[in-house]
Amino acid sequence: MNVIEKDAAAIEVTTGNDVKNVLIVGVGGQGVIMVSKVLALICQDQGHNVKQSEVHGMAKRGGTVFSHVRFGEKVWSPTIPKGKADILLAMEWAEGLRWLNHLKKKTGTLIADTQHIVPPFACLDRTRGASSGYTTQLPGDILENLHDGYALDATGIATEIGNFRVSNTVLLGTLSAILDFPVEIWRKVISEMVPPATIDLNLKAFDAGRSWVEESRKVGKAPEAKPEKKAKKQAPAPKVDSKPVDKDFELVLTPEWCKGCDICVKVCPERCLILNAEHKVELSKPDACTGCRICEWLCPDFAIDVVKDATKTNQTSASA
Amino acid sequence: MNYQSNADSAKSAGKTGSKNNNRPMTGNEAIARGAWEAGVRVGAAYPGTPSTEIMENLATYPVEDVKAQWSTNEKVACDVAIGASFAGARAMTSMKHVGMNVASDAFMSKTYIGVNAGLVLIVCDDPGIHSSQNEQDSRYYSRLSMMPTLEPSDAQEALDFTKLAFDLSEQFDTPVMVRGTTRLSHTRSAVQVNERNDVPMREFVENPDKNVMIPSNARTGHPRLIKREEALQEFLNSSDLTRLEKGSSKIGVITLSTAYTYVKEVLPEANVLKLGCSYPLPDETIKKFADSVDRLFIVEELEPIIEKEILAMGIKVEGKEFFSRMGEFSPESVRDSFVQAGVLEAEEDAADWDVYAPPRPPVLCAGCPHISSYMSLRGLDARVAGDIGCYTLAAVKPLSSIDTCVAMGSSIGNAIGMAKAGGQVRPIVATIGDSTMLHSGIPPLIDAVYNNVNITVVLLDNHITAMTGGQNHAATGKNLAGEETHRVDFAALFEAIGVQWVKQVDSYDLGAMLQTFREATEFKGVSVVISDRPCVLDPVKIRGETMMVRSENCTACQSCMNLGCPAIGWSDEWYDGHHKVEINAEACIGCSMCAQVCSTNSIVSVPK
Repeated sequence: MNVIEKDAAAIEVTTGNDVKNVLIVGVGGQGVIMVSKVLALICQDQGHNVKQSEVHGMAKRGGTVFSHVRFGEKVWSPTIPKGKADILLAMEWAEGLRWLNHLKKKTGTLIADTQHIVPPFACLDRTRGASSGYTTQLPGDILENLHDGYALDATGIATEIGNFRVSNTVLLGTLSAILDFPVEIWRKVISEMVPPATIDLNLKAFDAGRSWVEESRKVGKAPEAKPEKKAKKQAPAPKVDSKPVDKDFELVLTPEWCKGCDICVKVCPERCLILNAEHKVELSKPDACTGCRICEWLCPDFAIDVVKDATKTNQTSASA
Repeated sequence: MNYQSNADSAKSAGKTGSKNNNRPMTGNEAIARGAWEAGVRVGAAYPGTPSTEIMENLATYPVEDVKAQWSTNEKVACDVAIGASFAGARAMTSMKHVGMNVASDAFMSKTYIGVNAGLVLIVCDDPGIHSSQNEQDSRYYSRLSMMPTLEPSDAQEALDFTKLAFDLSEQFDTPVMVRGTTRLSHTRSAVQVNERNDVPMREFVENPDKNVMIPSNARTGHPRLIKREEALQEFLNSSDLTRLEKGSSKIGVITLSTAYTYVKEVLPEANVLKLGCSYPLPDETIKKFADSVDRLFIVEELEPIIEKEILAMGIKVEGKEFFSRMGEFSPESVRDSFVQAGVLEAEEDAADWDVYAPPRPPVLCAGCPHISSYMSLRGLDARVAGDIGCYTLAAVKPLSSIDTCVAMGSSIGNAIGMAKAGGQVRPIVATIGDSTMLHSGIPPLIDAVYNNVNITVVLLDNHITAMTGGQNHAATGKNLAGEETHRVDFAALFEAIGVQWVKQVDSYDLGAMLQTFREATEFKGVSVVISDRPCVLDPVKIRGETMMVRSENCTACQSCMNLGCPAIGWSDEWYDGHHKVEINAEACIGCSMCAQVCSTNSIVSVPK
């Protein structure tokens, strides 16, 4: 058996106080792992003990992806505890919010791409006036409560340079201005990691991200969500009310005309129509019906009508 | 941005003669490296997260050194490795935890037999269920099969322990298991590498009394197993695999695997007895350690396996009372447990931002051919027995068209059972991928034909093992090395089995799919539909003519949203109070499924 005797000094070294934690998050396919690999290689080159930990598998399919990079004299745990990240690098805005509680409360730095990738799950509500499930919190609200934060339209910058896919390298440039490693090593490792044909493009993206920080520092302390360029204008929702919208329509079925062809049953997005024992159409789940009218349009026998309730329609039609 | 593939970087790490011996490696890469350094000659596996990259990496080493292959399933892979060991070559097989269930029949008798050349089984557990169907603790298999089990805590140990496992295997005449976790597999850290020890081939040993498991031989094998356990225990009591790290406090912690790193992180002053081997246990060492501390803890992920054995030694130890039996450990969870145990002070709460982020579960890719298969099944209102693959994602909204999913290859057997049980008015359909069909779908399909049940089997043939990242299998025409090889002809296979109704259909043709499914389910007996389209990601990334929405025509019915395609979302425009849709041109691959379901013909190809 190996026996390791310890003195107090040795314990001091292992307490992990000198370890720096960078959490890199984003959406599957964005290049989170690539960014963390570059950072890990740089840290190792600079003589640090490094651990980089990720979980992949299902995450690849458009899900949340995260990678922990820890470096210092001696790193034990491969993962960063909640509230212990020195830097949170988010490649998508909502992902930044998701992991915000991993950031150090008083001294953490957030770097976030302000682009929105709205997951399909956030757009499943077909009812009138539905709002997407995407977050409504804006960079300004977050940054003012942070020790240090940078929110930039990295995807926009990358698109201007020539390819939106190098947004991750733009963010590496931003990160490089915050971490204390020589700029040459960043450029060297990036050049080694990317396909040869894209080295120039990536270095350009890196420089753009780096100079964005320098510019914003010149401007003043807080580089507020500066060029949140194409902050999409949301058309006003017909009804932005937290309580469920009253049904302002009715599905009127004419069984005598229905020949039981099954088309409406098949096309109903909410699956609320069935053929009953007489082989006639029937609304089986009235609450689920959103009045989308597909059945009305596609019924060859005009057996289905979506009839607007005039009184209620008047209330909402003004804004609709 | 693209970057070098894992295999490319491993290739450079794989070559001999480099001066820089300190390389960043994942646990999986380190295991492959350790096996190569130990002189492994044959490796076989079936892909499974988080173990997949082990065999992929082994395949990047020179083929003169080691022959690495994908096998049809873990049982076959295990038998291949066993055969190589019989023949005198050091051999290994790697698998995920549930793969071990499949392989178990083989190694349960192999431990009786012992080895000729070293034989190592790598098993990767998945605490936290990142990408699996259960959270089993495979260390129960160590006990069940009486197979010594090493548990590395980081990439360096992954390499070292794998190497050592081959030596122990030969020294104690037993297969040896190396057990990792997702966290070990997918954490990268610096690893000291060495040259290959080109262990020579051994002669085949003709010894039927030992190598042929008939009852009389098995009866003599069992006592050998018991004796071996004692010998291993004695070895472990003095082995460097166990490490005592003296601390300044009176607290003692027995720990191992990645849990060790969390203990070191949160309790640096404790006395730590770090185990390298979790079966058998170094009993004497543990007893001495227990005597030297005031309070003894055991910190192990998942089941209280070691804890119970220590308790059985008559030693007072605290474990699962504070440390969860479920999920993956983290430094914060280990810290919380020590706080509960009164060893550590509670820390000030971490940041407490009141923020909202929408759930972002994994989804089927834009243009995934599985989408149309499940869209059509939804139209059929079928009772669907699912299987393991990307397509299991069709169980959730908006496709919502899988009723059950149990384990690899279970769909067909489950469907047979549903049909035999009777009482179902809906058509009964089993859906299974091409790789899963080869893995364990063929015996149940034979069973279905043999017992003449009324079910429809949908083979979701996307020409690759997709979920684990695009591995070849016996019906892709390529092997692990990328060489051309024979390709299983599914239609001919089904015919040979005796399936009377087989039809192949293009997955992207929704109308044809629905019609074919209708015909198939009306057939009395076993019918098979081959839903045929390659995966959009592997082996080549597919890009077609991008589609767009003519917004002026869109009536916001959102039929297209039923596909769950990640390229389709709400636009800023409204129609009658509903959101119109738009297509993200960067994500769209032009499969045209949305255009096919659009009720107003608003979706068209982007004009050139």
